[in-house]
Amino acid sequence: MMLPAEIIKGAASLIMGMGVTLKAFFMPVVTTQYPRETLELPERFRGHIKLIGDPDVPDRTKCIVCMACIRACPSGTIKKIEGEKKEGEKKKTCTEYMLDFTTCSQCGICVEVCPVDALDFSHDYNIAVHTRAECTFDLVKEYEKRK
Amino acid sequence: MNWIIDLVGKDLMWLVAGLVGVIAMIVINTVILTWVERKVSGHMQRRIGPKEVGPYGLIQAIADSLKLLGKDIITPGHVERPLYFLAPIVIIIPVLVSFVVIPFSSFLQVKDIDVGILVIFAFSSLTVLSLLLAGWGSNNKYSLIGAMRSVAQNIAYEIPLLLTLLPVILMCNSLSLRDIVEAQKDVWFVLYHPIPFLIYFIAGVAETNRTPFDLAEAESELVAGFHTEYSGMRFALFFMAEYTNIFIVSAIAAIFFLGGYQGPILPGIVWFFIKTYFLVFVIVWFRWTFPRVRFDQLLNFSWKILIPVSFLWLLICGGLLKIL
Ligand code: SF4
Ligand code: SF4
Repeated sequence: MMLPAEIIKGAASLIMGMGVTLKAFFMPVVTTQYPRETLELPERFRGHIKLIGDPDVPDRTKCIVCMACIRACPSGTIKKIEGEKKEGEKKKTCTEYMLDFTTCSQCGICVEVCPVDALDFSHDYNIAVHTRAECTFDLVKEYEKRK
Repeated sequence: MNWIIDLVGKDLMWLVAGLVGVIAMIVINTVILTWVERKVSGHMQRRIGPKEVGPYGLIQAIADSLKLLGKDIITPGHVERPLYFLAPIVIIIPVLVSFVVIPFSSFLQVKDIDVGILVIFAFSSLTVLSLLLAGWGSNNKYSLIGAMRSVAQNIAYEIPLLLTLLPVILMCNSLSLRDIVEAQKDVWFVLYHPIPFLIYFIAGVAETNRTPFDLAEAESELVAGFHTEYSGMRFALFFMAEYTNIFIVSAIAAIFFLGGYQGPILPGIVWFFIKTYFLVFVIVWFRWTFPRVRFDQLLNFSWKILIPVSFLWLLICGGLLKIL
């Protein structure tokens, strides 16, 4: 048998619950209208890695093709790095940097291991593809596009 | 035009026109409620709800119904065919009949019957039959469990539903819905009978199988309960019946306790819809606030609390009326 006091307490808690949902009803919505609006991502967000441009020579990335990242990557995500030595430059220039993002665990080892800080995480979360192959892309091309 | 009226009589004409109106009303109400439910649930979860189709997503509900109309009607091979086909038809009949006696305003009512509320309740028991037909006819365990639960629940909650209306009927000395509304010209009955109103509303929510009493179609346990095996328009009929029942339960609450179409300034029909849809809103609000109850809790609540309390109220009310 339920006591009247219990019933009143229960009813009060139900009304309190309704208060919570009613308050939520009048609060502003928090949905992002995704294709039309995109979020400003926090600094620490880890998207796929990206190459950083050289501040002195805007044409090239900072990468010197030392291969440290490709060796360090535990998942074999970085498939291929190609570079060439240009006329009158001391450092090699990266011409191709193939990343297979399907296997990347965003561990950040490549970013840490890079001796010239050429790598960083991008804030790109708009990767929508139909095949896995499309998830393998060239970071140098990405850089050119961003430039 | 006149010769038709002469031929079939004014009453019949009025009835046919009323029936067409009622069917339109049922469809429109369903369309509105699907939209309202999605919008309210959206805002209670601090998202927007439908917004892409039409302004504020208003046309979404129409798009949904078109989609439902266009769907293939599948009949599973193992069903008990006559029962299976009958169920969606049977469920829509009480809904149609209930609308006939509801007074939308002082003049807008298809037919004022002396025993209006009795008609509604007599026919609403058909709903239980339909659920049982659907559950049994589907030849599916989940459907059957859903139907059995629904029947147990409907029987348990129909009693307080009637008991709480009785004090009002005693006070008005009439079963006609219009008389009951007219009797509330000065004071709404909710002031005399706050507890019956509350109990009626709770029982009404249970009768319409709405959360927190939606055990008949508890998705997580029973897929969709008694209508698991239905698709396309057949499913739509169940759906329509559910939404129309919500409307009817709210409308009766408004008529019996909140003065129906009585109200200052605005025309009666506006007041009627304001009160009814406010109660509908509360029912939707319940859905997004309360978790589903357990089945024994559900039955205990009705048999051990709602029924004794409404009985007690009826006794006291009857005694007082006798003395005064
Ligand atoms: S973040 Fe980790 S897994 Fe991804 S490319 Fe760099 S080292 Fe490989
Ligand atoms: S570690 Fe840095 S500099 Fe070396 S190849 Fe990788 S990105 Fe280029």
